[in-house]
Amino acid sequence: MRHGKYPLIITFLLPPLALYVLFVISPYLQAFQISTTSWLGYSAQADPVGLANFRTMLHDDRVWNAIGNNAILLAVVPVLTISLGLFFATMLSMGGRGDRAGVTGVRGSAFYRLVYFFPQVLPVVIIALLWREIYHPNNGLLNGLLRAVGLPAPTWLGDPRTAFWCVLAVMVWSNVGFYVVLFGAAMSAIPRDIYEAVLLDGASRWVTLRRITIPLLWDTVQVAWIYLAIAALDGFILVQLMTNGGPNFSSDVIGLRMYETAFGSESKFGYASAIGVVMFFLTLTVAVLALRAARRERIEHS
Amino acid sequence: MTTLDRSTATDAELGPTRRDLGPARRERGVVNVASHGFLVVWGALTMLPLLWMFLSSFKSDGEILSDPWGLPGALRLENWARAWTEAHIGRYFLNSAIVVAGSLTLTMLLGATAAYVFARYEFRGRQVVYYLFVGGMMFPVFLALVPLFFVVRNAGLLGTWPGLMLVYAAYSLPFTVFFLTAFFRTLPTAVAEAALIDGCGHFRLFFRVMLPMARPGLISVAIFNFLSHWNQFILPQVLMQGDDSKYVLAQGLTALAVSQGYQGDFSGLFAGLTIATLPVLVVYAAFQRQIQAGLTAGQLK
Repeated sequence: MRHGKYPLIITFLLPPLALYVLFVISPYLQAFQISTTSWLGYSAQADPVGLANFRTMLHDDRVWNAIGNNAILLAVVPVLTISLGLFFATMLSMGGRGDRAGVTGVRGSAFYRLVYFFPQVLPVVIIALLWREIYHPNNGLLNGLLRAVGLPAPTWLGDPRTAFWCVLAVMVWSNVGFYVVLFGAAMSAIPRDIYEAVLLDGASRWVTLRRITIPLLWDTVQVAWIYLAIAALDGFILVQLMTNGGPNFSSDVIGLRMYETAFGSESKFGYASAIGVVMFFLTLTVAVLALRAARRERIEHS
Repeated sequence: MTTLDRSTATDAELGPTRRDLGPARRERGVVNVASHGFLVVWGALTMLPLLWMFLSSFKSDGEILSDPWGLPGALRLENWARAWTEAHIGRYFLNSAIVVAGSLTLTMLLGATAAYVFARYEFRGRQVVYYLFVGGMMFPVFLALVPLFFVVRNAGLLGTWPGLMLVYAAYSLPFTVFFLTAFFRTLPTAVAEAALIDGCGHFRLFFRVMLPMARPGLISVAIFNFLSHWNQFILPQVLMQGDDSKYVLAQGLTALAVSQGYQGDFSGLFAGLTIATLPVLVVYAAFQRQIQAGLTAGQLK
């Protein structure tokens, strides 16, 4: 049966491997090399400068400002999204008027899931452009409502104090539905007798959620945490299209900084690659930390 | 009425524990109303922006400016026509469809064949090559952008659809290979062994036996990749600069938003956004079960 094995391995593996090495592996490796050069513009000249780009970055206020904003996203977006996701998923799968021990879903839960999940399939570009109009100071949906009830109408994306938080809110808005469905699927795998037993013992909903549901869902929450943390280090599309990092860099993120440095007016390819390398190590660190933090608290069940 | 009867029956059945149930049950009644309230509020928060976009696409610019919450005075389909022809949303839509059709076919073909080899064949260096593929999931695409631009340019593929297709496929391989390798491993080996004993060749075994067996996994990963390719923004923005007749939909919408900015054509922008949303909505409504299952499975792996 050995006969004929290697022709298949070679024909099946070589084309994907060639494509992958050419467009993925080689750019990643080159990025590390370019990050140690002073490559500027579209000229071929790229002098090796060692770690000078990284030293410049230490004193680059705009880079630090952008990293600071990503840090806020990292601290707020996963917590908010996972809390809301767990809350709505619990309501949907257990909020029903129970005819036995109260563990049925609410009426119309399938419809809620259908609606909540939709932003996940919507292109982020559409989400960003739509919300830019919603926040529009004159003809936006939000200020239309505020004016109707007689409240002052802020400029939202035009105000350095609010612009970043407006983008953050959209990030949460577009992600919650996905995690409602994700957690809902995981909850449906938990045996119902467990819930029926604790409800018979008189446990409140909050205790049930905290002591039963979350521990049993821990693996899923952990995965959600890592994905949201990685998403929080990005945020590029929303920021670029909604505020372009403004006003006055108040909503800048590291991805946009890197993009502007490379493909903006300056074309500082060496420096931009150095920012990319920093992003890579940040992402790696966050993923590893999230994994370790979650593993320590993990509860085994069978 | 029936619910009431049943709950009484339950209480009678439970007998001794009945009193203990009291507080919990009352609490549940309150939570019930509140929970429905929260669910409805979030539903409205999700739906309202989309509904507003849809309604605004029929309004005149005057109506949009004066009364954001008002209904359109007439069904102005000319907004849609203007977005479709003058803003070229129709063309961008077709461009996106062409690019995604090519990139998705490529991804599935290359991903499935590579995953099959990793899952079913022993050879020297298998682990190394497998982790080379799967490790790509760890890297942010930003890191590769600058060199990628020059790799694509040197290959003469900058600003071309085949260039985009190849790059989309290459960046989808890590996840696709990871997911499908795990899937192929779950399939029973007995069928493959029987087929080989019966004299079936390795290639025929793959196309005639293994691929059909892997159908559910292939569908999940195809849906995942379709959405990620269709929503792709940063790769075309870097690799498809210049010739705007080849733009994909995401770029076309961005261009429309920019021109709307100085022309004040609000209704045209809303019409363009709505046109771009409708097919996604239709596909979603038709395949929502598969999409939700496919995407959440993708996240869980």
